[in-house]
Amino acid sequence: MTRPFENEIDRLRKKILHLTAMVEESLQSAVQSVIDRDNTFADDVIVNDQKIDQYEVEVEEECLKILTLHQPVAADLRYVVGVLKINNDLERIGDLAVNIVKRNQQVSKQSVANVPFDLPEMLKKTLRMVGDAADALVDRDVAKAIEVCKTDNEVDELHKSAYTEIQKCLADDKGLIDFYLSLLSVSRNLERIADHATNIAEDVIYMVDGEIVRHQGG
Amino acid sequence: MLHNDVNDAKQETGLKKDIVVNVNKQPVQSKDKERPIKLTVTNLDFWYGQLQALKDINLRIEKNRVTALIGPSGCGKSTFLRTLNRMNDTIPGTRVDGTILLDDMNIYKDVSDVSVIRTRIGMVFQKSNPFPKSIFENVAYGLKVNGIRDKRLISDAVEDTLKKAYLWEEVKDKLDRSAFALSGGQQQRLCIARALAVRPEVLLMDEPASALDPISTAKIEDLVAELKENYTIVIVTHNMQQAARVSDHTAFFYEGILVESGVTKEIFTKPTKKRTEDYITGRFG
Repeated sequence: MTRPFENEIDRLRKKILHLTAMVEESLQSAVQSVIDRDNTFADDVIVNDQKIDQYEVEVEEECLKILTLHQPVAADLRYVVGVLKINNDLERIGDLAVNIVKRNQQVSKQSVANVPFDLPEMLKKTLRMVGDAADALVDRDVAKAIEVCKTDNEVDELHKSAYTEIQKCLADDKGLIDFYLSLLSVSRNLERIADHATNIAEDVIYMVDGEIVRHQGG
Repeated sequence: MLHNDVNDAKQETGLKKDIVVNVNKQPVQSKDKERPIKLTVTNLDFWYGQLQALKDINLRIEKNRVTALIGPSGCGKSTFLRTLNRMNDTIPGTRVDGTILLDDMNIYKDVSDVSVIRTRIGMVFQKSNPFPKSIFENVAYGLKVNGIRDKRLISDAVEDTLKKAYLWEEVKDKLDRSAFALSGGQQQRLCIARALAVRPEVLLMDEPASALDPISTAKIEDLVAELKENYTIVIVTHNMQQAARVSDHTAFFYEGILVESGVTKEIFTKPTKKRTEDYITGRFG
């Protein structure tokens, strides 16, 4: 016999996984738009974000209901609190995907201008981090979550390099200021998405092991 | 089950002529956290006839802290609680092995008169058990049987104790009424006042709020939080939320074994033993 509480947790699990899928889809479209310098999918990302926002509220209400009615403890408590936090990070990733497609309007206008940093690598890494964080959540996979946390440093480095290179380009080529500033914004949004993926991974570690691993890098 | 309520109540007050002066002994220091330890239980075994109800229990209970004992029915938590002031002594066929130190006094070896222990370690039971006397007499009883005759002293002590038990404001105008006229929650606080009247150092509470409504329960829990300033409290409860709310430390018993003990926050967020996790999350069996 399944207890009502387990049914509630199961429902919450399905909801957060559904939200994860929605956010991954949005980010995938945003990334593809930048790679292709084509903003055809921009409206899809914006519309999808409204659905993500609504769903985020639903997941939060579900968490609050479980906390109030069932007062979970131990692993159950860590799961619900973890979902509550991950929910928030996923919603923010959705917003940042919207920022990216908005910035891509400027970027996609320049079909031949050179991108002075490794944007494809940054897109790939960020997308993979979000995907891996989602997988870590599904599989309660601490090893994968730790990998996500490590990759964050690589994305940070790529963003720093983007900043340096774009700074040079801005001095050299004043005709493409909008293009470069938009690129820099895309890079910053990707870097933030990687931070949110890291938060999700850290929350997965807390869910599984009960260890709070944030802020350990000093 | 094995005592009637009045007998329990008489024993909790420590029926002897002289009030035992609390000796200010140097508290034993906990090695790891440097907190004073009030009760040190070492290799404790307990038998009801052939049935071993407690198996090799080792636990240190910190001074001025609330320690909650949790576990399913029949796990030994109430038996353990009763070993702490030798309440099990009166049950025929029981046997105890191991040591329990109150500060540095071995309560099973160093003391021949159990009322000495019960004066220093008071007890409150699941079912409130006031004496069939007035509210005033219930609290004054322990003092009187301990030889205090000065009416002024008794009157002041009754008022002081009822205030400590958060009951004074509700009963100050009806002290001569029967204790049975009080509500269940008030009766339980009266029993706590009665236990406090003889100035114990440790208060043992066996599910003190299990029969009370949420408001009375909240009052008992507030009282526990207040009392730990001056007393060491050990509380048995079936209510997980209550254990989480009121206690600083939690010990989980299962089938006579102390499975896990530790800081309450840790036990309820990150227990180290699977059996503890299964019990507190309701996945037992």
